[in-house]
Amino acid sequence: MSLKAIALGLMATSALLGSAVAQEKIKIGVSIPAATHGFMGGLNWHAAEAEKRLEAANPNIDLIIVTADGPADQASDLEDLVSVHQIDALVVLPFESEPLTEPVRAVKDSGAFITVVDRGLTDPSIQDVYVSGNNTEMGQVSAEYMMSRLGEGDNIVILRGIPTVLDTERFDAFMATIEGSGINVLDNKFANWNRDDGFEVMQDFLSRFPDIDGVWAQDDDITLGVVEAVKAAGRESEMFVVGGAGMKEIVKGVMDGDPLVPVDVLYPPAQIATAMDVTVNHFVSNGPVTGTYILGSPLITQENAEQFYFPDSPF
Amino acid sequence: MSVSAHEAEKPAKGFRLDLKTAGPLLALILLVILGYSLNPAFLNEGNITNILTRSAFIGIIAVGATFVITAGGIDLSVGSMAAFIAGVMIIIMNWAVGAMGASIWTVVLGVGCSLILGIGAGFINGFLTTKAKIEAFIVTLGTMGIYRSLVTYFADGGTLSLNNGAREIYRPVYYDSFLRIPYPVWVFIAVAIIGWVLMNRTAFGRYCMAIGSNEQVARYSAIKVDRVRTATYILQGLCVSLATIIYVPRLGSASSATGVLWELEAIAAVIIGGTMLKGGFGRIGGTVIGALILTSIGNILNLTEIISNYLNGAVQGVIIVAAVYLQRGSFRARRKKAD
Repeated sequence: MSLKAIALGLMATSALLGSAVAQEKIKIGVSIPAATHGFMGGLNWHAAEAEKRLEAANPNIDLIIVTADGPADQASDLEDLVSVHQIDALVVLPFESEPLTEPVRAVKDSGAFITVVDRGLTDPSIQDVYVSGNNTEMGQVSAEYMMSRLGEGDNIVILRGIPTVLDTERFDAFMATIEGSGINVLDNKFANWNRDDGFEVMQDFLSRFPDIDGVWAQDDDITLGVVEAVKAAGRESEMFVVGGAGMKEIVKGVMDGDPLVPVDVLYPPAQIATAMDVTVNHFVSNGPVTGTYILGSPLITQENAEQFYFPDSPF
Repeated sequence: MSVSAHEAEKPAKGFRLDLKTAGPLLALILLVILGYSLNPAFLNEGNITNILTRSAFIGIIAVGATFVITAGGIDLSVGSMAAFIAGVMIIIMNWAVGAMGASIWTVVLGVGCSLILGIGAGFINGFLTTKAKIEAFIVTLGTMGIYRSLVTYFADGGTLSLNNGAREIYRPVYYDSFLRIPYPVWVFIAVAIIGWVLMNRTAFGRYCMAIGSNEQVARYSAIKVDRVRTATYILQGLCVSLATIIYVPRLGSASSATGVLWELEAIAAVIIGGTMLKGGFGRIGGTVIGALILTSIGNILNLTEIISNYLNGAVQGVIIVAAVYLQRGSFRARRKKAD
């Protein structure tokens, strides 16, 4: 506790100094999960790119990116950002909502401006800004595309992610949209946002159902596994696959007019860059930036794919 | 331990040996009946082929793990090692395609590198365990973290994908078959047979069991304990390398999500098959059946809608525990009383 008091004291001092000495840099901490999954790899890449761009454009801004392997690790990162770096603002993508709410509140209490990304906190009053993709819209858009291609009596299968709130939001929105269209959902199984599991679950669906017209894979890593399984079974002319997120390999396929994966639904790993932009704007623009920023989940088609294609990103 | 050696010997005389050996097999047969009754598609030729091909990865790794565990060791690094080897193979093959074009030699180069890496990684685990005298659990926990981070680093947090040209040449290794049996299954069969001969018909296998039973006694019996132990880790590395060679052409990619929890699956296959976790007694045939049981559980869960998706893990847990219970514990004790 005394450490925290010292940290707070230092914070106050540096804030005073900051206002007194014009050259003192504004420090913004960015705390995100480590790149242990394709989507997070992309998110890490976009964060690093945004750091370069924003620091070059704003000499008085210093962005500090830290990555964590788990909720406990991330809580330690937050303490370090306050005590060692004495940040003026925090951009955080919480590993899990519940366990990180109090640590983020502690950062808020130190006087920092708080931007929360993607996975919300249990107490939204802590955040000044919230930036997120739209899971509900992602489910809806995917379902609407299915309905534009299929009709009464057509069969689809669904490969879900990992049992989480995020996955449930997407799934529920998809099911609600597709209701009454006459499209049969044969079954849904978890494929853990993983291409090996996507491959195996799809193989099992293929041996179980002789007639499949469409697949909602919900995530591009799963999509890659599904595509291989369908090709191995020689059934690529019977169905199409709708994935999600915006992985570069998939977006490239959409661009090139792959009939098996004709579209993709965006859930942008670049949202971290949006969050960093907004946070920097709090310090450099003359307009207010607080509020909620929900990014769209547009359908990526052959016509617009180019604007969602980042060949240098690892995802 | 003397107890396990005793147990292993005693049933050799009568009917009980069959029951004990048949335990895992019995569990597998029950599982097949369950699978068929839940969905007749379970016994389609296509589905059986899928199960066998999928079992090949874990099965091949588990054959290696049988030796390590029999000699009283443990290797937690196999899943990360597979991901790491797959990643390096892809980088090397992509480089080779850039330098000399896609040809069969690109694939041969990748396969060669995989073998060297597997043997090397196994040697490091063995060397640190025997010469540096660090607990195998700690050594392999350490290398597990190292390999996993390295593959994440190489992939920049994303995915390493094999060049399409090389992919086309390499693809048949996973997808094609000989006598209607896919190549990965042939590799699995070959590894299992070689493993069985090594374990049951050579001095090496006997040494592994002796060391796992009682290291001191083995040492006094002039067995070169360190050398045999290191050899088990090298064998494990070689098995991981073989599994990776047939894994890479499946999806042509490697990422930090590759091979996650394979170490636990391999260890589970070994234990379900009747090998003692504390060492001293190993059974290759059981390991093969253990791998088939594990893969079948996942397959059956995908073939039915009865069980809630959220309960998959629980069902797997129950079947694994039941399979081990069937082959030892009260099942045999009761049988003895009945006799």
